[in-house]
Amino acid sequence: MLSPFDRRRPPVRAGMTVVNVALFVLLVFACLGPLLLLMKFAITPTQDILRTPLAVFPNGVRWENLSQAWNEVHIDRYFLNTVVLAAGSWFFQLLVATTGGFVISVLRPRYAPLLNALVIATLFVPGVVLLVPLYLTVLNPPLIGQSLLNTVWAVWLPSAASAFNVVIVARFFDSLPREIFEAARVDGAGPLRLFVSVVLPMSKPILGVVSVFAVIASWKDFLWPMLVLKQPDLQPLSVRLPAIQAQTDLGVFLAALAISTIVPLVVFVLFQRLFLRGAGMSGAVKG
Amino acid sequence: MPEPSAVLRRPVLWVRKGGLTTLAFALPMILVFGVFSLWPILRSMVMAFQETNLVGPAVWVGLDNFEWVLTDPDLPIAIRNTAWFALLALVFGFPLPLAAAVLMSEARRMRGFYTALAYLPVVIPPVVAVLLWKFFYDASPTGVFNDLLGGFGLGPFPWLNDKYWAMPALVLEATWAAAGGTIIIYLAALVGVPGELYEAAELDGAGLWRKVWHVTMPQLRGVLFITLILQIIATAQVFLEPYLFTGGGPNKATLTILLMIYNYAFGASLGSDYGAATALSMLLAVFLAVFSLLYFRLTRGWSQS
Repeated sequence: MLSPFDRRRPPVRAGMTVVNVALFVLLVFACLGPLLLLMKFAITPTQDILRTPLAVFPNGVRWENLSQAWNEVHIDRYFLNTVVLAAGSWFFQLLVATTGGFVISVLRPRYAPLLNALVIATLFVPGVVLLVPLYLTVLNPPLIGQSLLNTVWAVWLPSAASAFNVVIVARFFDSLPREIFEAARVDGAGPLRLFVSVVLPMSKPILGVVSVFAVIASWKDFLWPMLVLKQPDLQPLSVRLPAIQAQTDLGVFLAALAISTIVPLVVFVLFQRLFLRGAGMSGAVKG
Repeated sequence: MPEPSAVLRRPVLWVRKGGLTTLAFALPMILVFGVFSLWPILRSMVMAFQETNLVGPAVWVGLDNFEWVLTDPDLPIAIRNTAWFALLALVFGFPLPLAAAVLMSEARRMRGFYTALAYLPVVIPPVVAVLLWKFFYDASPTGVFNDLLGGFGLGPFPWLNDKYWAMPALVLEATWAAAGGTIIIYLAALVGVPGELYEAAELDGAGLWRKVWHVTMPQLRGVLFITLILQIIATAQVFLEPYLFTGGGPNKATLTILLMIYNYAFGASLGSDYGAATALSMLLAVFLAVFSLLYFRLTRGWSQS
């Protein structure tokens, strides 16, 4: 918005400095602040948290909060459950999105437009419509004849029916040069070879985006796992945390919250660019 | 009688040309979408007209479910609360991310750092964020927010315990949790505005404000319209915040439509009413579809001008 000429003028420069400082203070206070508070609470004795929540360690640090949360409240088991659910959702989402995108965009059989239309149609159905019938489907699925309730499949398989994934992967495959596919075919590569050795290696950027979305969405999910995983020893962190709140010491509970936040936070810091590109893309696709 | 080989030829040719392999590739998508997406959608259209409690066989009841839902005395309350949530979410969550994105797009050197900071709350698991804020909202004078505001001589405020304060408190947390995503989308659009437009405006003697108003905003119009309708659709289905913060209370002040659907199907002690739940889901979905259609019809003229 500002031209290079504008930027050299002293009043504009001063203004930009003010804007920078204000933005910095506001973002640190609003976005980093609650997180830092959580990290502080995680190692503060409960009495201090209750009496002086904003004081910084008036009576020292209590590291036991973390170990108690991990061992006695069994955050370790729920953590593992969360990882298992996320890993399976990730695998099935990638499997369905890549093979589906491959059929729609590369192999293009005569029925491809029909598949494409059916998948895209599900994009327009708001999630609320699916809630109850999907629950009843998991309770009594067609073809399988056995309830999926209280099994990880009840979380893994429905998560894979993501039209958004199929659409962005198919669009990415569309952008790959078709001459390469033809060349591979002339060299005698069948569909499987084409998929594994040509298309997938060229698609790392989009696989990264889908992977990050899949893991984060699974880590965040609450209502669905709560409905289909009734046994506490199967439930992920998001479902267990509200359940254990009442009978857990506050300091230990906040330590449990902090532990649940660490993994997504570390993943975000490591794959920051992937995240932000993905977030921008979701806007572009929805647009 | 037709020659058998002629009938056979087409399937055989189909297999030879790799039709089976293609089908094998399509199978995961067909099965997963068929069973866990298309089948439930079709099923909900039937279930809304049935009485189902999984004990006895489903009974066809016509429009009874809809009648029951529409005469539920809680429905007007839930509609009002959901609309109030959506409106507050627009008031809190629309101008602020936009202003932040405009300012951030100008802060060239620090932009990456600011974006990462703004996106932090989006990364925190929503359940953790709600439980943390629930603790922040502690209504005693030593609650985190009351302690903080007490430093400025304000409060203590009742937050979640008061029927007028509860909903804004929910929306504040929801806005905090979602703003980062919106900011990123706006930033991407802002960075995409061609620089020549600003240069042309400058040649015409436009100052900073007029550049923002006459160049930036019109260029963002399309993105703004889309994020607005997506936000309305999302807030109409809000569940997590009212469920975890207040459970719909105090005195039904935060009872939303999705909470009602959940209670019909899963929460009630008097047995599950899946028919009523799907009927209300369908009503909400149809309303959202009609609303979106009208919205796009109305905004199409503006966004092209």
